[in-house]
Amino acid sequence: MAKVYIPAQLRAFTEGAEWVEASGDTVGAVIGNLGPSVRNRLLRDGRLAPGLAIAVDGEITPLGLRETVAPETEIHFLTAISGGFL
Amino acid sequence: MSTAPYNIIGTRPPRHDGADKVTGRAIYGADFQINGLLHGAVLRSPHAHARIESVDTSRAAAYPGVVAIVTADDFPQTPDRIVDLGEGETPLSYVRGNVLAKGKVLYQGHAVAAVAATSPHAAEQAAKLIDVRYTPLPCVLTAPEGMAPGASKLHEQENVTHHIQHAIGDADAAFQQAAIVVEREFHTATVHQGYIEPHAATALWNNDGRVQIWCSTQGSFVVRDVVSCLLDLPVSQVKVTPTEIGGGFGGKIPVYIEPVAALLSRRSGRPVRIVMNRRDVFEGSGPTPGSFIRVKLGADAEGRFIAARAHLAYEAGAYPGGMVGPGTMCVFAAYDIPNVAIDGYDVLVNKPSTAAYRAPGATNAAFATESVVDELARQLKIDPLELRLRNASREGTRRADGPKFRRIGCVEVLEAMKAHPHYSAPLGAASHAAAKRGRGTAIGYWFNIGLPSSCVISVNADGTVNLIEGSTDIGGTRTSIAMQAAEVLGIPVADVHPAVVDTDTIGYTGVTGGSRTTYATGWAAHDAAKDVIRLMTERAAKIWQADDVQFANGIFRSGNNQLTFAELAAKLTETGGPVVGQASVNPKAAGGSFAGVIADVEVDVETGKVTILRFTSIQDAGRAIHPSYVEGQMQGGSVQGIGWALNEEYWMSPDGRMVNSTLLDYRMPTILDVPPIDTQIVEVPNPAHPFGVRGVGEANIVPPPAALANAIHDALGIRMSRLPMNPPSIVAELAKQ
Repeated sequence: MAKVYIPAQLRAFTEGAEWVEASGDTVGAVIGNLGPSVRNRLLRDGRLAPGLAIAVDGEITPLGLRETVAPETEIHFLTAISGGFL
Repeated sequence: MSTAPYNIIGTRPPRHDGADKVTGRAIYGADFQINGLLHGAVLRSPHAHARIESVDTSRAAAYPGVVAIVTADDFPQTPDRIVDLGEGETPLSYVRGNVLAKGKVLYQGHAVAAVAATSPHAAEQAAKLIDVRYTPLPCVLTAPEGMAPGASKLHEQENVTHHIQHAIGDADAAFQQAAIVVEREFHTATVHQGYIEPHAATALWNNDGRVQIWCSTQGSFVVRDVVSCLLDLPVSQVKVTPTEIGGGFGGKIPVYIEPVAALLSRRSGRPVRIVMNRRDVFEGSGPTPGSFIRVKLGADAEGRFIAARAHLAYEAGAYPGGMVGPGTMCVFAAYDIPNVAIDGYDVLVNKPSTAAYRAPGATNAAFATESVVDELARQLKIDPLELRLRNASREGTRRADGPKFRRIGCVEVLEAMKAHPHYSAPLGAASHAAAKRGRGTAIGYWFNIGLPSSCVISVNADGTVNLIEGSTDIGGTRTSIAMQAAEVLGIPVADVHPAVVDTDTIGYTGVTGGSRTTYATGWAAHDAAKDVIRLMTERAAKIWQADDVQFANGIFRSGNNQLTFAELAAKLTETGGPVVGQASVNPKAAGGSFAGVIADVEVDVETGKVTILRFTSIQDAGRAIHPSYVEGQMQGGSVQGIGWALNEEYWMSPDGRMVNSTLLDYRMPTILDVPPIDTQIVEVPNPAHPFGVRGVGEANIVPPPAALANAIHDALGIRMSRLPMNPPSIVAELAKQ
C-alpha cells in the first residue's frame, strides 16, 4: 500500500490524519482509491487539479498521475512551482 | 553518478561565446535586423485600476508612417480554458488579458494597444494619439490591503486567490512546551530583477501562415506555446529563435510583447519589432512580490526548535499565481522542526503580475525566518551558526510541505561558514565616532527544478563535435553543458561547438530558470555524448572486426588496436556515414541547494548609511562543472540580494503609480556599493545526476537580506523588520530607541 500524505486543507476529510494508505500501481490509481472527498479535490476532469504537483518519494515527478508506485511509496501533493503564471 | 577523477569537469576553460560578447558581435534582442522591418510601440495604462470605456484609434491611424494598430479585440476570441505552458497551468484569459488589457486595466503600465510604424518615433507618437477613456477605480497596493475586508477587487473572484497550508505535528501544543518563543512580523518591498537588457522581440507573420519570432527570452518553447495559444495556432506554426540575452533572473520567462508584435505583423504584412524602454520594463513586466510575513519559532532550553508557525501573504500582482507557494515550501526548509504550521496567501494587487526572481518567494521568507533564528540565538546565548547546526535539515528530515529531504548539503554549508576565516576574523574598529560595526549570518534554500531538455551531438571529420541545444545561455551555460559532453567524449572542451537553436531545430527544452540548465541540459548532453560513444564504438568494431571495443579517456581500444576519438572521427564516412548522438531527459531529482552568507557592516548612526565591509557567500553546488561560473552566480545573486536588502523598492503613489521607474531612482547596487564578494563552493554531489550537479543560480540570493539585517542588529541593537533597510528606515528605527 502506498502512503498518501493528505494536504493540510483536506485533512478534515481524513479525520485529521496526515496520511492514509491506498493501493494502486500508479499515482492515478492510488488517488482513485481514496475517498471521494479527497479524490475530487485532487483531480479535476480526470487530471491533477491546477496548481498541484506530485512528489513520489520526495521528488516531483514529471509523469504525474502516470508515475508508477511501489508498495512503500510516499506520495505528496505540492504546490506546483512556476516562474510566474505566464 | 560517476565518481571518477575528471579531466574537464572542475576546470575553468574560456567560454565559447566570449569573443562575440566582448567584441560586441553577439546579437541581442534589439540587434536583430530583417528587411522591411516596422517598429512597434505599446500604449500603457496611466491608471493602476480603471474600467476601459472606449478605445479610439482614428487619430493614431492617421499619423504619418503608421501601418497597423492592434488592441485586445485583435486576439482570436477563443473560449477560456486552462492551458499548460510548460511551467504550470493557468486560464488562457489571464495570459491574454495581461498581454493586452480588455475591459479593465489592472496596473499602471498594463498594455492597452500597440502601433506599428515605419520609425520608432512615429510609432511612439501615434501610440500617444490613441484615445482611451477610463473610469478610475480604487486600487490596492499591498497584500494586507488586498486582504482587508471590503478591499477593491481586481477580478470577480476575491483578492485572496489561493490559501496554501502545510502542517506537520501539532504546532500549537508544541509552543506550549517551548522554553523560549520569538514571534516577529516582517514586510518586504516589491523589487525588480533589474536585468540590463530590456525585453525585445521581432515577429514576422509570414505569407505561408507561419509565425517567426526572434526575441530575448529565458524559454523559447514557452514563447512558442504562449504565442500559439493566444493566436489560436498549432505550435508547429510558430517558430521562436532566442537571441542572446542580457539577463533575466526569472523575469524573462513571462511573455509580454511577442504576441503583440505578431498581431501587428499579421495586420501589416511586415516584420515588426517591439523594444521596451526601462520604464516599460519596470511598469509593464513582472517584478517579484512585496510581502507581509509573520514567523513564530519556539525552542527548548537546549536550543532545539520544537515548533514553528508562519503566515505569508505575498502580492500576486494583477493575476493569480504568485510566488507564495515556494515561499511556504522554503520558509522553514533549513531546519528539522517536528511541529510546523504554515499558511500562505496569494493576494491580487494593482501592480504588474509578479514574476520569478532567483529562488522566487524564498528570499522574502528567509528574511523573516533567519531574523527570528538570529534573535533566538541571542536570547539563548548560543552562537548563531551553532544554533543552526543543532537544528539543520539533513538527509531524511521531513519538510513541512511533506517530503523527506534526500542527500542535501545544509550541514556542510553551515560547517563551511563556521570554519571560514571570515567568521573568526576581528570586526575591527569603526572608522569614525558615529559608526558602529556588526556581523550577521544567514542561510537559505532553493529546491531547483527538472523539466525537459534535449541535445543533439554530431561528429565532425576533424574530431570536433557540434552540440545543439535549446537552452538560452545565461551565465555561460553553453560552456558548462559542452564541458559535460567533452568529459564523456574525452576531447578538449574547445572541440565541442555548442549552439543554441530555434524551436524547430531541437526537441522541447524547458526554460533557462529554476537553476536547471547546467543540471538538466547538461544531463541531456551527457546522455547524447554517451550515444555518440555507443555509435562510434560500433564503427571501431567494424574496422577491427572485433566485439570487445572499449572506450576510455578519448581512446577506443581492442587488443593491440587503438584509435583516438579524432582518428576514428576521420573514418566515419567510410564506415557507414555520419554519427549523430541525441538525448532527451525529463529528470525529477533536481537536488536542492543551500547557501549561506557572512556579512560585516558599518552603520553610520547619524545618516543610517550601511557600508558593507566584507561579504562571504558559501553554497553547495553538488559538483561545480565550471567553478568560475558557479562563483559568478554566487556573486551575482549576492549583489542582487544586497540591493533587495538595502535600497531597491517600487515607490508607489497612493493611486498606484510607480514614481521611481528609472535606474537613477530605482537604486540598484553598482560596483561602487559592494565590496569584493568572497565565495566558497561546497560540493555535496547530487546522487541522481551523472556528475552530481545541483543548480546554483538561485539559492545564493536567499540569505543576503537576512544576513545584513542580522549584521545591522549586531551593530546597532535594532531589529529591522522591513526591506529595504535604507538610511531613512534605519534612522527612524534608531529614533525609536
